[in-house]
Amino acid sequence: MTQTYDPRAAEPVGSGVTRLDQVVIRIAGDSGDGMQLAGDQFTAEAAAFGNDLATQPSFPAEIRAPQGTLHGVSSFQIQIADFDVLTAGDRPDVLVAMNPAALRANVGDLPRGGILIVNTDEFTKRNLAKAGYDHNPLETADFEDFQVHEIAMATLTAGAVESVGLGRKDAERSKNMFALGVLSWMYGRPLAAIEEFLEQKFAKRPQIAKANILALRAGHNYGETTESFATSFEVAPAALPAGTYRQVTGNTALSYGLLAVAQTSGMEVFLGSYPITPASDILHELSGHKHHGVVTFQAEDEIAAVGAALGASYGGALGVTSTSGPGLALKSEAIGLAVMTELPLLVINVQRGGPSTGLPTKTEQADLLQARFGRNGESPVPVIAPQSPADCFEAALEAARIAITYRTPVILLSDGAIANGSEPWRIPSVAALPPIDPDFAVAPEGESAAGTHQPYARDAETLVRSWAIPGAAGLEHRIGGLEKENGSGNISYTPENHELMTRVRAAKVEGIPVPALEVDDPSDGAEVLLLGWGSSYGPIGEAVRRARLAGYQVARAHLRHLNPLPSNLGEVLGRYRRVLVPEMNLGQLSLLLKAQYDADIQPITKVSGVAFRSDELHEALLAEFAGTLAAHEREKTPASTAAVVVR
Amino acid sequence: MTTVATSGLVGTDLGLTPAARHSALDLVPKAEGKQTARDFASAEEVRWCPGCGDYVILATVKSMLPQLGLKRENIVFISGIGCSSRFPYYLETYGVHSIHGRAPTLATGLSVTRPDLSIWVVTGDGDAMSIGGNHLIHALRRNVNMRVLMFNNRIYGLTKGQYSPTSETGKVTKSTPYGSVDAPFNTMSLTVGAEASFVARALDSDRAGLTEVLLAAAQHRGTAFVEILQDCPIFNDGSFDALRKDDAASHLIHVRHGEPIIFGAEGEYCVVKQGFGLGVAKTVDVAPEDIVVHDAYTDDQAYAYALSRLSEQDLTYSVTGIIRAVSRPTYDDGVRTQVEYAKSVTAQDLQETLNGQHTWTVS
Ligand code: SF4
Repeated sequence: MTQTYDPRAAEPVGSGVTRLDQVVIRIAGDSGDGMQLAGDQFTAEAAAFGNDLATQPSFPAEIRAPQGTLHGVSSFQIQIADFDVLTAGDRPDVLVAMNPAALRANVGDLPRGGILIVNTDEFTKRNLAKAGYDHNPLETADFEDFQVHEIAMATLTAGAVESVGLGRKDAERSKNMFALGVLSWMYGRPLAAIEEFLEQKFAKRPQIAKANILALRAGHNYGETTESFATSFEVAPAALPAGTYRQVTGNTALSYGLLAVAQTSGMEVFLGSYPITPASDILHELSGHKHHGVVTFQAEDEIAAVGAALGASYGGALGVTSTSGPGLALKSEAIGLAVMTELPLLVINVQRGGPSTGLPTKTEQADLLQARFGRNGESPVPVIAPQSPADCFEAALEAARIAITYRTPVILLSDGAIANGSEPWRIPSVAALPPIDPDFAVAPEGESAAGTHQPYARDAETLVRSWAIPGAAGLEHRIGGLEKENGSGNISYTPENHELMTRVRAAKVEGIPVPALEVDDPSDGAEVLLLGWGSSYGPIGEAVRRARLAGYQVARAHLRHLNPLPSNLGEVLGRYRRVLVPEMNLGQLSLLLKAQYDADIQPITKVSGVAFRSDELHEALLAEFAGTLAAHEREKTPASTAAVVVR
Repeated sequence: MTTVATSGLVGTDLGLTPAARHSALDLVPKAEGKQTARDFASAEEVRWCPGCGDYVILATVKSMLPQLGLKRENIVFISGIGCSSRFPYYLETYGVHSIHGRAPTLATGLSVTRPDLSIWVVTGDGDAMSIGGNHLIHALRRNVNMRVLMFNNRIYGLTKGQYSPTSETGKVTKSTPYGSVDAPFNTMSLTVGAEASFVARALDSDRAGLTEVLLAAAQHRGTAFVEILQDCPIFNDGSFDALRKDDAASHLIHVRHGEPIIFGAEGEYCVVKQGFGLGVAKTVDVAPEDIVVHDAYTDDQAYAYALSRLSEQDLTYSVTGIIRAVSRPTYDDGVRTQVEYAKSVTAQDLQETLNGQHTWTVS
């Protein structure tokens, strides 16, 4: 499917058109400037054209930060390519900056020679000051290395939409569409689909629709008619596996996975949730799908959200709760109850920067140990992580399957990058999805001497307990958080019983079969393995491609199951001289691996709230081959007081 | 994002109000044969302290349940943590002994997904009003179909005797050797203030009175809050003696819908309007038409609130009986109505949903 990877390959095709195999575009502006909308539309365009792509939005934490300030900058990045891209790209090749703050916040990522398009109307003295500039940077030598296009977008937009008769302020609001028009021209994209979208979106306000369309066209015409751009570009469609595709974000794919569970299990899906960034979109999405057998409950707090989900599970529904790190902390006790009562429960944690409130809109993978161990007592819980936005669908199905089949809480660890990022998704056929069987007890199981049902009678092989739900006559029983007597489920404090039950609960989770870990090593002779989990899948993949192109032999593997770990993991790790583990935390998976396996584990860590860039990982690989990686990692922790404020 | 067919819902009658007037038992399957209290006794050995008020409550509940005539397997008792929360183990129904304060949350999830169950929460004063206070008020506000039996012994029993949110100010306990400086909740004021649609109170030993409120609570569609004043002879012995002694009648204001509120052994006291609220007067001093006639069904919360203020922490007066029983939409009925509505207006199958509006094909 993929042919080459050479990010800078550019060949001219005919007059004024240059062919690229990929490009990364970032548009940035004030959070009220409509950057996400423009980005979404460019994405839809690229997807419809057949490019492979990946996107990554970046939101300010404040909803309405003061206009024109660095706090208020919102941006959207997309990589489009004629091959299968894995990330939204490290650095933009093209940066659109709608104001000085957006320029300042983003220009550091633009490589020398990159294309910079700025909306000069906003470059007033006042706005420059708000962004912390004491002069106009565009006039300095610093910017000579970029291909700068200064466009008075607000003025041009106002002129273009004059006929609509809006006030200047409202008229200028369409400048995001002007910018989108310029980009559409640069990459040879037709406008029809966007125009159709705008007409639908503003169906009730035809004036606004008109203004947006005029601005879009004006931007397109600007590219075509001015001499400003020497060339436009062409990125050919990618050769993706055959199928029907759509664009999807991680939170949406995850929600769809839950809809599919309702269908394949025949169980009602009950989502209990409390609003929290960046997980709320799951609640929003599912609340609109009541006709698919999903009920949503916006609870009074995180604890009520998980409690209600567990209550629904007790009644034979699949209880699901969605949250982010701080919320997971609040849910710990209830998850422990699900461990003790051995009821299905799906806990979705869309990780963000922590500890405490941390970085609500930024990404991190630092809840792995919390997911594995963040409860009192011996409290084993299966943990699963999706590796990309579209993969959230499969991950949700897999997590639900384990929860239902093994009567256990399961924690699904998504993160901010996956949740809001998007990519094309090959839509599965619902009819082909495997069924999930809740296998409710209908007659007494493990009958006691008195002939009564024993709720903790287990399957001899899987140790899964019998599950009778209210309404099943003759199977009435009581369960709860106190230690259960083996079999009967009555309260038991005896030492032997607690010893037994603790070990049985652990063995049940440990024994859940998960697929063997697959290793990708075309050379078959690599000595270094790059092992990741979760959203670092994309950057790891791109870094490995690059290293291989440069002639290095590198193996890679990615963990979906973080508990239990694949049974061949120890054997895989043992095959390599060194195992590099990139994680957006301070080495949590590394810690687990070191405790469990005899292998040379070297973490590659990052905790900036921003996902790994593939070039960072590529450099880490080069450092490994140069023998300096371990030292680099150590140096990340400030060794002297130089980095901190001294009291 | 999904397009949601909500516009059709705005301002329309969802049919919730009529449903709310139904009995909570309408959708619960009925038992075929006759049941007895013994049918509801589990094999588990009861482990409360001797003399604990919980015993008599258990006995009353066991003899009340057969009167409902429900299938035993469609009854669920859910508790939190505390002495009272052992309750579910002793009943041969379905039951969950959950975690501290959270029983109403489990009951909410269960109630929304299983309209065919009669759901009972058993809790205590610490469980419901301290650690679980948030869940209690939100369950009441939402009016989720569940009955909440709060055993109020005004003490933490299971943790061996600390004061609770209903303990009287000045109470000397293990954690308050100088006396508590906390002000207690007025339980009725709290629940009425949280929009409760059903509020009742009974004394553990008052079998008839307790049975009466339990039967009414069982049928109430919505959250039925029942406070049971319960003795803990071990850590708070005699705490309700004022309501049990010979002159108890002059402290217990028992209310019955439609009847003038008169109490005392000879009916010598009555309740009258006073200032913005209600007060106690001597019956002889009052014209009969000035005696307040109890109206449990009035939507006006101010009345129920005024009634609740008659109860005092020193137990000079305690109001018992069904204080409030009004009909209003329940949360779980509302959810189910919306689901039915969504199904009736949205024909989309799952494959169509997954496909969304913009797809492209790679061949
Ligand atoms: S401590 Fe008090 S409330 Fe608890 S069981 Fe003993 S007597 Fe009953």
